[in-house]
Amino acid sequence: MPQVSMTVNGKAASGEIEGRTLLVDFLRDNLGLTGTHVGCDTSQCGACVVHVNGKDVKACSVFAAECEGAEVVTIEGMAGPDGSLNAVQQAFQDHHGLQCGFCTPGMVMTAAALLQKNPKPSESEIRDYLEGNICRCTGYHNIVKAIMAASGQDAGQVAAE
Amino acid sequence: MPADGGIGAPTKRREDVRFLTGAGNYTDDINVHGQAYVHFLRSDVAHGRINGIDTSQAESMPGVLRVFTGADFEGVGTIPCGWQVTDKHGEPMQEPPHPILAQGRMRHVGDPIAAVVAETREQARDAAEAIMPDIEELPAVLDMKAALEDGAPKVHEELSSNLCYDWGFIEDNKAAVDEAIANAAHVTTLELVNQRLVANPMEPRVAVGDYKRASDESTLYTTSQNPHVIRLLMGAFVLGIPEHKLTVIAPDVGGGFGSKIYHYAEEAFVTFAAKQLNRPVKWTSSRSEAFISDAQGRDHVTKIDLALDADNNFTAIRTETYANLGAYLSTFAPCVPTYLHGTLMAGNYKTPNIYVNVKAVFTNTVPVDAYRGAGRPEATFQLERVIDKAARELGVDPIALRRQNFITEFPYATPVAVEYDTGDYVATMDKLEEIADIKGFPARRAESEKNGKLRGFGVNCYIEACGIAPSALVGALGARAGLYDAATVRVNATGSISVMVGAHSHGQGHETSFPQVVAEMLGIDPGMIDIVHGDTSKIPFGMGTYGSRSLAVCGSAMVRATEKIINKAKKIAAHLMEASEADIELKDGQFTVAGTDKSVAWGDVTLAAYVPHNYPLDEIEPGLEETAFYDPANFTYPAGAYACEVEVDPETGKVTVERFAAADDFGNIINPMIVDGQVHGGIGQGIGQALLEHCVYDETGQLLTGSYMDYAMPRAADVPFYAVDHSCQTPCTHNPLGVKGCGEAGAIGSPPTIVNAVIDALQSGGHNVTHIDMPVSPSRVWQAMQG
Repeated sequence: MPQVSMTVNGKAASGEIEGRTLLVDFLRDNLGLTGTHVGCDTSQCGACVVHVNGKDVKACSVFAAECEGAEVVTIEGMAGPDGSLNAVQQAFQDHHGLQCGFCTPGMVMTAAALLQKNPKPSESEIRDYLEGNICRCTGYHNIVKAIMAASGQDAGQVAAE
Repeated sequence: MPADGGIGAPTKRREDVRFLTGAGNYTDDINVHGQAYVHFLRSDVAHGRINGIDTSQAESMPGVLRVFTGADFEGVGTIPCGWQVTDKHGEPMQEPPHPILAQGRMRHVGDPIAAVVAETREQARDAAEAIMPDIEELPAVLDMKAALEDGAPKVHEELSSNLCYDWGFIEDNKAAVDEAIANAAHVTTLELVNQRLVANPMEPRVAVGDYKRASDESTLYTTSQNPHVIRLLMGAFVLGIPEHKLTVIAPDVGGGFGSKIYHYAEEAFVTFAAKQLNRPVKWTSSRSEAFISDAQGRDHVTKIDLALDADNNFTAIRTETYANLGAYLSTFAPCVPTYLHGTLMAGNYKTPNIYVNVKAVFTNTVPVDAYRGAGRPEATFQLERVIDKAARELGVDPIALRRQNFITEFPYATPVAVEYDTGDYVATMDKLEEIADIKGFPARRAESEKNGKLRGFGVNCYIEACGIAPSALVGALGARAGLYDAATVRVNATGSISVMVGAHSHGQGHETSFPQVVAEMLGIDPGMIDIVHGDTSKIPFGMGTYGSRSLAVCGSAMVRATEKIINKAKKIAAHLMEASEADIELKDGQFTVAGTDKSVAWGDVTLAAYVPHNYPLDEIEPGLEETAFYDPANFTYPAGAYACEVEVDPETGKVTVERFAAADDFGNIINPMIVDGQVHGGIGQGIGQALLEHCVYDETGQLLTGSYMDYAMPRAADVPFYAVDHSCQTPCTHNPLGVKGCGEAGAIGSPPTIVNAVIDALQSGGHNVTHIDMPVSPSRVWQAMQG
């Protein structure tokens, strides 16, 4: 079996894979990082979004072998070393931006990538950027609000309550 | 209220920390040492006869442990149905068997016909492709009315027809209703479709079966909203495993919306196969598999007549509905088009004569069961659409017509067998008019028109029956289970508390809101209280979470158990302070003797219960743990008024929801932040139904919308921010918290609101369009505009 090595959440990680092994399966099955979720099989839902070399990537749409030598960050790598939530995670909790939690890792990883590119996105920029992430619980209201709050904007001004 | 949040506090959710850090424990995250994997070979035709299955090649593939077919399940039970409807002639519904693996016939695309268990997931999948079934394709029935014609192919050949039941409600009302309609000053008639939907919780279903031969114990880990119900159905009716040898665990569950209530064949399969193979067996559904194996929702075709007198008072409602049940009876399927639909046909209005007829039909499609709202969205949609149409025909304001006919006195016994205990529909409509800024609509319409768009305003009221349900009542109506719930409050020696609840949280935030209630009652920090749910080995019993029942039913059980705790704790406190029990008061976690400065803390009393050195042992037992079962006296009746504004692009027919407002009456509120979130989510799903979602089969029964590439799930850019308000509160009169339930309201109230707004927009542009079926897609709107 081929071997793959990469850096995941700042630590060296390697394992035996099949050629067809997807990154998401490598993370979940080989490394036990089950925070990255699989919600569909057509790369539509975004529950599996991780960061690969700083970019938000659907981990179901790349082979593990393609990530040889890559820097991968998953939801497990987002909180501080003491477990403290980062700004995006904290905003999701503060604004009730999650319910069942299944889409949440992908939402957080996507939101974090957006804010790196666009530190103060408008409501419509946020909604458009979430095009590849489906949530069935929240109606998106509090997700959009949380991302606005995480970027230091006053979400209360735009989100009717 | 305790400093950190009791009843009414918008306490942030404690469960969020694990979900936000990837530390959730969903069923697919569970791997049992030594587990094998199953892959199901599913029917690719809607109806077929299995002449034989050649599994020899598959059995020789690498890693294959065993290939199962229907023959392996001879003598094993079939998937039971939990509700028996009696038809209008007093006869029981037709109830065909639902095997775990197909027995000679496959009846819908996705029906499992064989299963491969192998060492790895990939080996199981590869081997399933090598199974050679000899299938003779048979004609399929898809259309409900065609399915009822003489000579139609039968989904179940042993049944007399494809009609499951022909239900009349209430049959004794029918003559008076017909007469009222014949004599009415005005009758508005509407034919409509409430289209089939797919629930689509983001977590696909997963089941892991484990078996310990030495103790003959089975464990099923499953994505369920009600693990005790699964234990009962699977243990007692399918596999014959007694409760003490069967544990069902539903850990973190990634949404349900009804689709994870039911007992599914895959759950029974993995439990059965684990014992056969003496190996844990795991199944993880793909999304494509979910589309052809999760129970689907809605799928009603309805004709409704609304009769009015010369003063525009409603005098009668008559509806005839064809309800698609799919190929088999899912767990609660028969009650959805009947007792969760017909009983709500009065809506918020005092209509003296109502008759509901439902013909439930088998077709060669995936089974249909409850999806968020379950029957109540179907009732609300037809009623609120026909009222809107009547207002247009009569040239009266749709809000005024509704207000004129509101029920204003409570309790109110409807002509369809339920009694609303409380409500204030005028107050929610007043609140709606305020938060929707109805006065500003003309200016916004003018602005839209300046931009070449049509703008419409739609309004809608809804009522639902939640807190399901009084056991004696539902038993009389055909339920094969009681619908109470249970809770155990276990107070530990140091005063911390574990509450074992029969409700299951899969997004509703029980781990946060339930402790708020207990903290309020005891006056202690909610951080001292944890909820335990989702494991039949830890919880006394429970009927689970659906029908917006968790707080109203299980929360009430928790209150009753906590009251027992307080009663016992007061006895202990009285003993410690050498006072009379009648004089003991509990406030802010301190027991005091009324009128004195004597007090003992909560923790002193709980410690005494477990270290009973100075304790009234001759009166009460040591320990502090109490259980209560709560059976509700009635349903609860949340109600509200919704409004939205849409823009229609006349060039393309595309509809966008510009504003949405919801004024709900949920009775008392425990955590307003969570309530807001529940309403947001319901509205999001309602917008999905109104504008985007449609489960479509072709004429041969192939599912055309079998993935997120084809089935249009609402995404962030498809919806606006929502203005929600629940300040109108008429507390439920019969449960101890005065709560009504909020989980389904948004999905019930929003679809007709949006369609009403689209019709308003089109009418404002001079298009004489009176109805468009959902989803109100650009092509449907554009075609309607072409006349």
